[in-house]
Amino acid sequence: MAVVHEASDAFNVREHGHHHDEDALRIFGFWIFLTSDLILFACLFATYVILSNHTGSGPTPADMFDVPAFTAETIILLTSSFTCGLATFAMHHGRRGLMLTWLIVTLLLGLAFVGLEASEFTRNALAGATMQRSAFLSAFYTLVGTHGCHVSFGILWMTSILIQAWRKGLAGEIPGKVFIVGLYWHFLDVVWVFIFTVVYLMGVMR
Amino acid sequence: MWEGFRHFADTYLMWNEGPLIWMSDVLILLTSIGIVAVLTYFKKWKWLWDEWLTTVDHKKIGIMYLICALLMFFRGGVDALLMRTQLALPNNHFLDAEHYDQIFTTHGTIMILFMAMPFIFALFNIAVPLQIGARDVAFPYLNAISFWLFFFGALLFNISFVFGGSPDAGWTSYPPLSELAFDKGPGENFYLLGLQISGIGSIATGINFMATILKMRAPGMTLMRMPLFTWSVLAACVVIIFAFPALTVALALLLLDRIVGTHFFTILHGGNPMMFINLFWIWGHPEVYIVILPAFGVFSEVVATFARKRIFGYGSMVVALMAISVISFFVWVHHFFTMGAGADVNTFFAVATMAVGIPTGVKVFNWLFTMYRGRIRMSLPMLWTVAFVPCFAIGGATGVMLAVAPADYQYHNSYFLIAHFHQVLIGGTVFGMLAGMYYWWPKMFGFLLDERLGRWAFWFFNIGFYVCFMPQYALGFMGMQRRMYTYPADLGWGTLNFISTIGAYLMGIGFLFMVAQIIYSIRYGQRDLTGDPWDGRTLEWSLPSPVPHYNFAVIPTVEDRDYWWVLKQQGRTQELRPRPEEIQPIHMPKNSGRPFLMGVAFFVAGIGFVFNWYVLAVLGLLGVVACMVARAFEYDDEYHIPVEEVQHTEAALGRL
Repeated sequence: MAVVHEASDAFNVREHGHHHDEDALRIFGFWIFLTSDLILFACLFATYVILSNHTGSGPTPADMFDVPAFTAETIILLTSSFTCGLATFAMHHGRRGLMLTWLIVTLLLGLAFVGLEASEFTRNALAGATMQRSAFLSAFYTLVGTHGCHVSFGILWMTSILIQAWRKGLAGEIPGKVFIVGLYWHFLDVVWVFIFTVVYLMGVMR
Repeated sequence: MWEGFRHFADTYLMWNEGPLIWMSDVLILLTSIGIVAVLTYFKKWKWLWDEWLTTVDHKKIGIMYLICALLMFFRGGVDALLMRTQLALPNNHFLDAEHYDQIFTTHGTIMILFMAMPFIFALFNIAVPLQIGARDVAFPYLNAISFWLFFFGALLFNISFVFGGSPDAGWTSYPPLSELAFDKGPGENFYLLGLQISGIGSIATGINFMATILKMRAPGMTLMRMPLFTWSVLAACVVIIFAFPALTVALALLLLDRIVGTHFFTILHGGNPMMFINLFWIWGHPEVYIVILPAFGVFSEVVATFARKRIFGYGSMVVALMAISVISFFVWVHHFFTMGAGADVNTFFAVATMAVGIPTGVKVFNWLFTMYRGRIRMSLPMLWTVAFVPCFAIGGATGVMLAVAPADYQYHNSYFLIAHFHQVLIGGTVFGMLAGMYYWWPKMFGFLLDERLGRWAFWFFNIGFYVCFMPQYALGFMGMQRRMYTYPADLGWGTLNFISTIGAYLMGIGFLFMVAQIIYSIRYGQRDLTGDPWDGRTLEWSLPSPVPHYNFAVIPTVEDRDYWWVLKQQGRTQELRPRPEEIQPIHMPKNSGRPFLMGVAFFVAGIGFVFNWYVLAVLGLLGVVACMVARAFEYDDEYHIPVEEVQHTEAALGRL
């Protein structure tokens, strides 16, 4: 979090130190939030695992999952996590233009991911595999959909931070905000890795 | 027009339900008019908004939690008295079955989630920042959001009584009974959304206080110098952070079943109701430790203070708190041993359940050893603490009886269980919260609660407790099941039920004495001029009562456990007085109306989902998003209190 300010008088030094402490505190608080969000996903995963073979009269995972589609989603989201990391890296080096560029790339990849997921959901639902059809489908749409909602929320959030960084540069609270939204984005990536494994890979292998 | 009105009155206001509802409507209307009239007459609207609704000060938020907790204690208590009145005699028809179902549901939900939870949060807010030498919590704005989400969640739940109908599937709300097919009214939706909204606030509080305790301590206050109440809050926060998401998921999935038509817990299309019961108790059992751990913290403070001794076995107290918070996650299946998970699974959970008794026993013995040869003063906080020990010991012993899985097949869902958990929740949490309320009351308000009326309250409540619940153990053995609304005369349960009802009314009288005590003490209670009425041990007692809003003019440097006590022993209390040259401008967060508005927006969305009015729901959610966006673009949310103002305040308090 090293954003160097030239601070001449004592008051500015204190102000800067203050922001630094506040940032560290917010980052720490956000880590705790991620812990509880992780538990939330863990509960949804447990529900999914219990219900994944309760397919009733509906399709099974193997009937439904489209390998190229979920592979594309995975590659896109993993790449977006990488570009998000590059944005944070650029920020640490004080390169605002580069940071903004990487954030925009991350946002575009995020939008592509959400778009692909929405089309996958729509296609399945139109084929009759709605979330009311069976317990498996209820659990599937809820788990993957919750992740998708998190990503959508992340896109809105990152956009707001992009606007702020555009307007205000890398001063004051901005670096802390960029770092925290980055943490959130990487967290969603980690959750997706589990969805990819537990839902999609294990689903098509059965 | 008239027909439309009739339809609305019958469907939403339930005017066809009879006098109970009409009376409540009239009372609510009169109270609301009364509040509005008083605020207008005394020109207090601006004061209410500036000083309370928009505050981010942890002390004021704590007081608001406390007021809500006491009001909800009253509501839950009235529910309890209605139930006991119905059960006093065999074949009684004071309430019909449907109303009885609603009342036991609201009693349980309110007492756990809208009485015990705000009560512990009240004490978190009031005591923790002061005990660790901080100016506020880590995230004051988030703290205000937590409160308003709790407030509007509780309002949403309570409003169901007069608007749409109360939930009636029990506080545990097991499917498939709570599914749309068997429970058509909006009551169950009120339950799900009220709990969901306040639950989000609870998670935020857990995060907030964990960050506060780990990151905001005064210099020199190492973890092992922290007061035990703060330790107990840390332990409770760990449990909140890991347990509440399970409730969030359980409620969300049941809500999806009810309003979207999914099949998580229906029996159709592969749904599995046991999944809800597991998720519910993965939260639910840790939840009872969330509400008992802070009570343990209060007892540790009170015992040390009123026995005038260092707490016995501080280190083992810390280990015990943490051990309880970990074991709490490995016992949930004991709520449904009869599910049929098999002997191996039941054995594991039975042993884990009994293991909780070990750290708890360590704590009880430590309190006793602290009292041993202490110069004990039986002031109100100590009185409740002393009453807690035997009560909790009996409750713990019956808990171990219930933990024996094969025997539990006999006790399961009987009045034996009812008596057990009331004994630990009242004898543990309620006694603890009351002890804490009496203990920190002068710190909050600057005066003490009247001792004499407090003793009347204590004896009525305590004797009433045993008269009420001891017969219920016997009734359980005699075969009486929970949630039955009446019973035939020839089973021989009449006498014991009648005695139990007398006990419940004695407890009600005890509560009335507490109300009288508070009202009397506002006028006549002894004023706390020193800031240290109990001869306390921890940092909060080094401050004047009530505490100035920045708490510490100069952040203290701590050198020992029970630092204030140590300084008093060594005659060094002057060291915690601010010296004029040390005072610097103080950073404080600005007040904000947004947490309140966010609560309103959640409430609107909640009403929308309860009645499937999706336009309203979307509008509410948009309001929530608008609040979040406005916050994201807010930069100037802090201000400085200038040195002169701090000096002026401290001088006026006679501390400079």
